[in-house]
Amino acid sequence: MNLCVAKEVSVRVGAKLILDNVSVSIAAGEWVSVVGPNGAGKTTLLSVMAGLRTASGRISIDDRDLKELSPRERARLLAYVPQHPEIPPGMKVSSYVLLGRTPHLSFLGMEGPDDFRLVQQVLEQFDLATLGQRTLESLSGGELQRCHLARAIAQATPIIFLDEPTTALDLGHQQQALDRIRRLREEHQVTVVMTMHDLTLAGQYSDRVILMSEGEIAADGVPSEVFDPDRLSDLYGAHVKVLNIDGHLAVIPMAEY
Amino acid sequence: MRTESSPPRCTHPRAASLRSEKLGAPGLLLGFVAILVAASAGLLIGPAGIDKTAAIMELLDQIPFISVDSGLSQIQKNIIWEVRMPRVVLGALVGATLAISGASYQAVFRNPLADPYLLGAAAGAGLGATVAIVTGSGDGIGTFDLVPLLAFLGALTAVALTYTLGYSSGAQRSPAALLLAGVAVASFLTAIQTFIQQQNVDTIRQVYSWILGRLNTASWDEVSLLAPYALVSTFLILMYRRTLDVMRLGDVEASSVGIRPQLVRLVVICAASLGTAAAVAVSGLIAFVGLIVPHTVRLLVGTSNRIVLPLSILFGAAFLVMVDLLGRSLASPAEIPLGVITAFCGAPFFVVVLRSSKRTLG
Repeated sequence: MNLCVAKEVSVRVGAKLILDNVSVSIAAGEWVSVVGPNGAGKTTLLSVMAGLRTASGRISIDDRDLKELSPRERARLLAYVPQHPEIPPGMKVSSYVLLGRTPHLSFLGMEGPDDFRLVQQVLEQFDLATLGQRTLESLSGGELQRCHLARAIAQATPIIFLDEPTTALDLGHQQQALDRIRRLREEHQVTVVMTMHDLTLAGQYSDRVILMSEGEIAADGVPSEVFDPDRLSDLYGAHVKVLNIDGHLAVIPMAEY
Repeated sequence: MRTESSPPRCTHPRAASLRSEKLGAPGLLLGFVAILVAASAGLLIGPAGIDKTAAIMELLDQIPFISVDSGLSQIQKNIIWEVRMPRVVLGALVGATLAISGASYQAVFRNPLADPYLLGAAAGAGLGATVAIVTGSGDGIGTFDLVPLLAFLGALTAVALTYTLGYSSGAQRSPAALLLAGVAVASFLTAIQTFIQQQNVDTIRQVYSWILGRLNTASWDEVSLLAPYALVSTFLILMYRRTLDVMRLGDVEASSVGIRPQLVRLVVICAASLGTAAAVAVSGLIAFVGLIVPHTVRLLVGTSNRIVLPLSILFGAAFLVMVDLLGRSLASPAEIPLGVITAFCGAPFFVVVLRSSKRTLG
């Protein structure tokens, strides 16, 4: 069953077509990575599917047209973590994660005991319980990334959109972040759509990869099919090799000297 | 996905601590003590030389079921109830309104330097008051003093002009356009006000007296003029105190958790501007209150608007009552304009804020 469907979506900025008649379907429980060179339209597609950017065409989540939903109704269906989330100065970790409960509160309402309890569980799941009273700006990059994910999980939505969730993380933290997303996905049956630059990680963790180029979908399928060396070399303008190491894909740029 | 079909009660000890951090009870207690101390000082200290014990008796006598004889003459009673009390109440209302307006402007613009006069309220009020004074309809005598009315209308018109200009220039995409529109409108109105003032040098002293802020004309009439606007403005802003924390995430992320950032900004700006316009109308331009008080509160209790906003009300009220007491005591029997004292406090204060900016600049 398709949870999220984007049909014939186009975005134009001035004379430039950022997305050109793109259609995508995301099945419930799927982990989909949107990859492609810089300027391919990955982030635009993600923000359009998250209902945060206007576009022509139709986007539906759980068979409900996003344009017909109020922001609050929409935020109960999908959570979104941008590439560079805001870090409000002086805000405590627990307060930050509590903001994820916003769409579940009544108009101008405050959190109740159930919200506090749920957020406490999320803090523990993300190993943030001991950091709850720390301010966001005092955290390391890896800890901050966990906070952003925790806020999205606290939103308790069936689908989460993550814009390059491993940006600015070192190798170990990238792997830990994606492992955590995998565990959360299994525990909560949440559908994950994310943009990625690292093709190796995208290939190893995702069920499916959408390769974009110049506002269009160049390929869509399981990573082993999409990551064709010639196709990637052509799209990225680089010499690329795809290795299969014990069943794990590795996409490696090769120096040409 | 986690659902909330049968959520258990909040029994987890850490969950309880999450909840208690929102209350800021010590801060509220401190705020009430501050306002009590400031109001008591404002009521008991003055040039009339009324015995403080007798004045306390007079105040206690007004409490239901307490009857004590203060021994004060009717004139002394009138000084307490018709001169000092309205002045303290008006000072508290103006201080509270300017402080919460400043805090809410800082929240919606995510700019620590935003103050209640950011969108041209001061310039508009200044122009309105100057017009009233130079045309002779604002001498402060009788019922036809147009200074408060024109200052009020001037402030609201300026903010409306800024909003219209800002939104026709792209403020829906970025609040920065609104700030720039505020600078343009304030500059333009100040230019007109300065020109009118320069053409009417005989009233320059009155205009300056108003611009530098004063409470020496405080009366119950002015209290009743300001109170409805201050209450409506404060109530609306407090309703949005949690939403203003969400706004700290920026427009995109606030929208992603179900908030309409532009609508929130509009409502809060309207509420804050209404309160500011009414405060300016009765007190003149008192600078820095909307900056000093919220930043001090953030230094004390952190940056959450849930607690910064209510505490700004209490500390803003206490602060201005104390400033007014200083203004009428330091050079007694002359009075130092309030704007002079608040500005005098403002400069060193910002050095403190700068030094602790990592924590407070929210």
